Amino acid sequence: MRLRNPDRIIEVSGPRTVPDLLRSLEIVPEAVLVIRDATLLTRDEELEEHDELEVRPVLSGGAGGPGS
Amino acid sequence: MKCKVCRGHAVVDIRRHNAAFCTDHFTEHIHNQVAKAIKEFHMFGPDARLLIAVSGGKDSLALWDILLQLGYDVTGFYLDLGIGSYSTRSKEATIAFAEERDAKLIVRSLAEEHGFTVPELASLTNRVPCSGCGLNKRYEFNRAALEEGFDILVTGHNLDDEVATLFGNVLHWNTDMLARQGPVLEERVLGEGDRRRMALVRKVKPLVRVAERETAAYAVVRGIDYIVEECPMVEGNVQHKYKEAIAMLEESSPGTKHQMYFGFLKKAASRFADETDAANLVGCANCGSPTIAPEAGSDRVCSFCRMQSLAQRRRDDGYRARPVRVRKRR
Repeated sequence: MRLRNPDRIIEVSGPRTVPDLLRSLEIVPEAVLVIRDATLLTRDEELEEHDELEVRPVLSGGAGGPGS
Repeated sequence: MKCKVCRGHAVVDIRRHNAAFCTDHFTEHIHNQVAKAIKEFHMFGPDARLLIAVSGGKDSLALWDILLQLGYDVTGFYLDLGIGSYSTRSKEATIAFAEERDAKLIVRSLAEEHGFTVPELASLTNRVPCSGCGLNKRYEFNRAALEEGFDILVTGHNLDDEVATLFGNVLHWNTDMLARQGPVLEERVLGEGDRRRMALVRKVKPLVRVAERETAAYAVVRGIDYIVEECPMVEGNVQHKYKEAIAMLEESSPGTKHQMYFGFLKKAASRFADETDAANLVGCANCGSPTIAPEAGSDRVCSFCRMQSLAQRRRDDGYRARPVRVRKRR
């Protein structure tokens, strides 16, 4: 399985879902979007060995504060 | 998963609403959430002239798109912070967004307006970059709104932003900040009689009902080409650490973020109303902007002007700002 952002290739065995993948990467699902072929994937989507996926972080930092 | 509305193929699931949506109905859901926040908190009417602060990131561009879709008269305001190629790319993304939609956009540069970029200010004043950056943005957004004659300043703060700020303010018991943490910050007027003038424009946060993951998803389904990379100066930022911790709580108990923020607004916010110094605002002796009235004997100069004059003194003394370190967070 090829992952983007950052780019890396990971080995997967058998069909697995989005939460399975994120668990193996130690990523909290609430903190990312998983994108395949420019389409967002919900949690129940099954992933295939040849899939090319982007796991895009969505939480940004910054100045915060009530007036910012 | 199937779309809650049409039973078609879902692309986004929102666990705290126990719902999933197809592209069209997710877009409609987000529009409804923003319209609900605008109405619920009496943010603005249909004819208001809105200025939205845009960074080129997902939240502000998504909100700009939503407000345009809802038919509001909304102008973008981009402030170039001078953070190397990151600022260049974010400015390009913002201009491209505006041109594609034929939307009105005002662009200003911090260095051109005041002589210093955010990295220079951080380096010259030994201040954490995000802190100085926030101060400069608040000052410039307000100044631009007043100078250009807008009724309302809109920002893209989402539910995660507000919860992380609330979390930090509770951890440190910043009761003054808790008194001012809401989706609307009312306008402030200074002076009396002929000298009466608007000092702080009304500020609103229409994305408070929308989680950060949802604004990102909205940007993706709407084809908004936002800057995905994080600001290179944000590394180690405490706000981000709070968000990661809260995301873990949300994961194990969906609805936690909503409960914390809206529970605070309903049950606790009013208890801190007396804690703020905001009632004692006076005009800065230097620029006229509002600042907390100083104690007897100290200068009546706002924190923006104090930061600017410190940076100028250091620069005059030959202290050279360090170059920006561009490093990715992950």
